[in-house]
Amino acid sequence: MTTMNDTAPRSAARDPQGGRSADRAQYGVCAFLALVGIAVIVDTSLLDAVTTTNDPIGPRPVPMLLGALLIVVSVVYAIDVARGGTGEPEGGEDVDLTASMNWRTVLLLVAVFVANALLIDWLGWVISGSLLFWGSAIALGSRRYFLGLAIAITLSLITFYAFAIGLGVNLPAGVLRGIL
Amino acid sequence: MDNLMDLLAGFGNVVTPANLLIALVGVTVGTAVGVLPGIGPAMTVALLLPITYGMDPTQAFIMFAGIFYGGMYGGSTTSILLNTPGESSSVITALEGNRMAKAGRAAQALATAAIGSFVAGTIGTLLLVLVTPAVVSFAISLGAPDFLAIIVLAFIAVTAVLGSSRVRGFASLLLGLVIGLIGIDLVTGQQRLTLGIPQLADGIDVVVVAVGIFAVGEALWVAAHLRRKAGEVIPVGQPWLGRKDWGRSWKPWLRGAAFGFPFGAIPAGGAEIPTFLSYVTERKLTKHPEEFGKGAIEGVAGPEAANNASAAGTLVPMLAIGLPTNATAAIMLAAFQSYGIQPGPLLFERESTLVWTLIASLFIGNLLLLVLNLPLAPVWAKLLRIPRPYLYAGILFFASMGAYAVNAQAIDLFLLLLLGLIGFGMRRFGLPVLPLIIGVILGPMAERQGRMALQLSGGDLSGLIGGPVSYVVYSVIALILLWPLARRYVRRAQRERLPA
Repeated sequence: MTTMNDTAPRSAARDPQGGRSADRAQYGVCAFLALVGIAVIVDTSLLDAVTTTNDPIGPRPVPMLLGALLIVVSVVYAIDVARGGTGEPEGGEDVDLTASMNWRTVLLLVAVFVANALLIDWLGWVISGSLLFWGSAIALGSRRYFLGLAIAITLSLITFYAFAIGLGVNLPAGVLRGIL
Repeated sequence: MDNLMDLLAGFGNVVTPANLLIALVGVTVGTAVGVLPGIGPAMTVALLLPITYGMDPTQAFIMFAGIFYGGMYGGSTTSILLNTPGESSSVITALEGNRMAKAGRAAQALATAAIGSFVAGTIGTLLLVLVTPAVVSFAISLGAPDFLAIIVLAFIAVTAVLGSSRVRGFASLLLGLVIGLIGIDLVTGQQRLTLGIPQLADGIDVVVVAVGIFAVGEALWVAAHLRRKAGEVIPVGQPWLGRKDWGRSWKPWLRGAAFGFPFGAIPAGGAEIPTFLSYVTERKLTKHPEEFGKGAIEGVAGPEAANNASAAGTLVPMLAIGLPTNATAAIMLAAFQSYGIQPGPLLFERESTLVWTLIASLFIGNLLLLVLNLPLAPVWAKLLRIPRPYLYAGILFFASMGAYAVNAQAIDLFLLLLLGLIGFGMRRFGLPVLPLIIGVILGPMAERQGRMALQLSGGDLSGLIGGPVSYVVYSVIALILLWPLARRYVRRAQRERLPA
């Protein structure tokens, strides 16, 4: 990965004219922070201002302070972005930051995840967990469907017997109650 | 001497066949999960926490101690054999370790890391035994305002000292503090930020937050950027050290331990600074400077020891004050809380048996790790080849299982996904994750101490600042916050002097 670019000045990320186009999506983060701040302030202002001698300030000042600080931080953040500041995306063993973001995989994973959350109480962990693993593996590019399904079923059976029955962890049996 | 007796009693509790088996399982599972690429020590502990839910606290903590050191060691194996480690504490190990492996000395790199981890872990745990009682007797004299000051210091330290951008650190911290607010206010019984959802009245469980931000966030982030080809794993046989390598390793181990422990124990701790300092020191002191950058064994031995000693160091403030200084310690604290046990000065009085058993299991886990890792290294290396779709599908699978197991309610899975998406966004925009976790855990504690302090002063704001301890702590905070400003002026002054 070492290229001639390594000799370029390191401060490029902070330089508005440094050739790299500014990461405008960061303004979305600022907006998110400000919205959370406003939501916290609104929610807090709906609380009763209970104060007693035991609790002279009551439940309101802390969230009010945090809401205000969130708005301040969102403004400072926006100024930083306007001046060319960027946050460095996180690297890792399996992360290839040179390729563009693969939204399709992410959305498929989210869909599989939601399906598990909706189905777990009804179908039970063994079935919904198998679907979660199998679906995620396919979304992530696995093309060996039968092997994936076999691993998924084995894994959820092992975890169910080892943790739910062996170690007393809360996992639902669902429709398979009485069979497992 | 009392402590020594307590520690011996703790060993007595661990050395039963059943408990030794639990320790062995903890170490094995911890290492196996920690080795997996993309899973750092904090995620290992968060993912494996739910499997201890059905056990009684003593056994749970015996297993936990094993998972803790196992996860740490697993991470260093990954960085030596695969390079580009996921967690910042192993970055330095990868520098020389991966080059040693590429030069055909993977066995020696793994051996010096394993033995160094054992030596430093043992020294660190011994220091923990010696130092913690003193910290406890200091902490017991502290009042509510002092605790508030120390917690604020932890907030400022993790946001302003670690990480490259302060405003991003503070954004992350504030999000964590807001998540910590959710639920019933313990003093007045009013619901804050629950949106009328009854399951939110008890707040969001810290395990759900940690698993969501670390595991789900990481899995989604990697999924969006998955490498077509997995990184190259270097094959390895049985780790061993020759006579010459022993001679080159033992001093870096000891120096690394000396760097690691104190940095782990202070609030701005973590392993990044001591591992870096150890690396720089070894490069300066080595008799083989030409090997640095090409795979010098000192550059693996020192930082690895520093990493493990700092992990032991983080347990001092965690146990004695209830103050986590890194993500792994934060999740350990959550584990204590899930058993209704609050770490802090009173812990050693109230739960004496449990704490000393935990400390004894740290020693034993460390020893088991050494016995286990030298012969099993080739097996761990195989784990690195696991196909990536299965690996990340497995992370989502275990994350869902753990989050559901906390309260047995499906709504936690939706919260988990929401937190995972926040974690995804934070990775995309370079927001550090640690301040958020620390904020979730320490936020409610800070509010409680602050309100207690104001109760004592009858609502007068001066009650927030207590005795000399809080003066000192607030001065340190001011120094940390003003430091970049001061540095800018110094630089400007120097620049103006230069042309003249």
